[in-house]
Amino acid sequence: MKIAVCVKQVPDTWAEKKLTDADRTLDRESADGVMNELDEYAVEEALLLTEASGGEVVAVSMGPDKAEETVRKALQMGADSGIHIVDDSLHGSDAIATSLVLSKVLADKGFDLIIFGSESTDARMSVVPAMVAERLGVPQMTFANKVEVAGETLKIQRQTEYGYDEVESSTPAVVSVVEKINEPRYPSFKGIMAAKKKPIETVTVADAGVDAGQVGLAAAWSQVDQFSERPPKAAGVKIEDDGSGGVKIAEYLSEQKFI
Amino acid sequence: MVQRLLPTREAEALLDLTRDIADAELRPVAAHHEDNGEFPREVFRVLGKAGLLGLPYPEEWGGGGLPYEVYLQVVEELATAWVSVAMGVSVHVLSCFPVASAGTRAQQAEWLPPMLGGELLGAYCLSEPQSGSDAAALATTAAPTGDDYVVTGTKAWITHAGEADFYNVFARTPGTTGATGVSCLLVDADTPGVSAAPPENKMGVRGSTTAQMIFADARVPGPRLLGREGEGFGIAMAALDAGRLGIAACAVGLAQAALDTATAYARHREQFGRPIGQFQGLAFLLADMAARVQAGRALYLDAARRRDAGLPYGTEAAIAKLVATDNAMAVATDAVQVLGGAGYTQDFPAERYLREAKLLQIVEGTNQVQRVVISRNLLR
Repeated sequence: MKIAVCVKQVPDTWAEKKLTDADRTLDRESADGVMNELDEYAVEEALLLTEASGGEVVAVSMGPDKAEETVRKALQMGADSGIHIVDDSLHGSDAIATSLVLSKVLADKGFDLIIFGSESTDARMSVVPAMVAERLGVPQMTFANKVEVAGETLKIQRQTEYGYDEVESSTPAVVSVVEKINEPRYPSFKGIMAAKKKPIETVTVADAGVDAGQVGLAAAWSQVDQFSERPPKAAGVKIEDDGSGGVKIAEYLSEQKFI
Repeated sequence: MVQRLLPTREAEALLDLTRDIADAELRPVAAHHEDNGEFPREVFRVLGKAGLLGLPYPEEWGGGGLPYEVYLQVVEELATAWVSVAMGVSVHVLSCFPVASAGTRAQQAEWLPPMLGGELLGAYCLSEPQSGSDAAALATTAAPTGDDYVVTGTKAWITHAGEADFYNVFARTPGTTGATGVSCLLVDADTPGVSAAPPENKMGVRGSTTAQMIFADARVPGPRLLGREGEGFGIAMAALDAGRLGIAACAVGLAQAALDTATAYARHREQFGRPIGQFQGLAFLLADMAARVQAGRALYLDAARRRDAGLPYGTEAAIAKLVATDNAMAVATDAVQVLGGAGYTQDFPAERYLREAKLLQIVEGTNQVQRVVISRNLLR
């Protein structure tokens, strides 16, 4: 089985994220870049599938020079090779452009599965996997908390609010995973050393066969017009229980429209 | 985050990995384990899988093939999160030393892969109730009996006692005295006659089990002798030189954690209308703490680089252990002071650091013994 895992470098989940003043895109200098947390689950699932039945895992990332670290991390976890799509013209690309570039790079490479984390911690839109599936004309099997492949049949449990749906499709297919699916491994020091020798192919927008005018900030369907900092945390409300504590808490929750 | 000078990109990736593991697996559970005196065996399995339990040993046997300079910085990072675990790593690495340095190739092939891979946890049994700093006075005996050795005696202050899978036991041939009659045996935990006493009720570092180990006519097969009969004391001392650097790295990590706690507090705690860190009396306290942390780090790294270069480093290791642990004690004490009343409560980690730092001045050779080592080398 040949599996592509799409991984994204995002600002550290717990860091205060900032936009630049220049063009109101993400300020990548303001926080450490890390692999998007859910993408670790995607890598883990790809590794589990190929460890069980053979095959290869290719980690794919679109992002600036620094995003190579995230491809490298996937290789340290155990992926076999990487593709890093890097091009100045990609700066500020929206989900539509991202899905265009990814689908062009992923098409015709013989992937049986293309696995994504179900959302990124920076944009949180959860749309890129569906868009890529649509552009490639393959089934989209999103929000999986369990993945099984038998021959050319793919079965997933699709996480819903109250339980899960069992969904079946043919392969190739696009899968996105939720965090219930597995427990991602840490890289090991051996993995770190092995990753040193694994190839990472660098791909430009032109290599992908995409016109630079279709990507980047200028081509984005929406742009950030203005923004303001999150207001500082206000002091909380303290309720002393003099016998009426329960009533006061209920009143407060009602005021805040929680109940 | 401490900015480090590391020799390779892979070493940087290793330190990133260490921080990830420390953040996810150590920090969240440290206080709970310390309060309850629970040994975190599971954490050591995670570290073993990640390859962190055999870093300074040859790749041929499953180690990381790394210089001490890098290995010790991993220990330091772990210690900022939880010193019990960092010390456990140091002790485990120490307990692999006799096989790695004095074992035959056959012994290394049999033992090192599971030791370095973390499937087997190690312990190091030198001290005895009556023989601590005067290690050559040890009384445990290993009597050659047929093809075996029969080991009899009690070892004291053993880290991982009752938790470890193998024990390096230093014991003497009956009838000998002093350093010359001591041999080193590798003893399986499940050897009949081997047992652990109830854990010591320690003031800190309670997540690391310390207890006596009792050897009651334990029959140890002859092939478990490491080095030759009578070479044990030399092995023990060489292991301790390296082990001291591990404790120095633990001390620096602990001190860094105390400094970070104090700095964060000084930035936010307001008195007289401004953060207390803006009062020079307090700011200078923090400055002195930072200087002490960095001095300890520079000393252990210098000793490590000498070791990595194949130079003698015993004196430098003793100096690093002495200064880094005394500095950790001072820094931890000052961290409590910076936090004031809050620092004296268990709601903040400062008091825990203070209790933990004290141990580091005692283990792997008390700081008085370090001075003996240093002065003896000076006057020789």
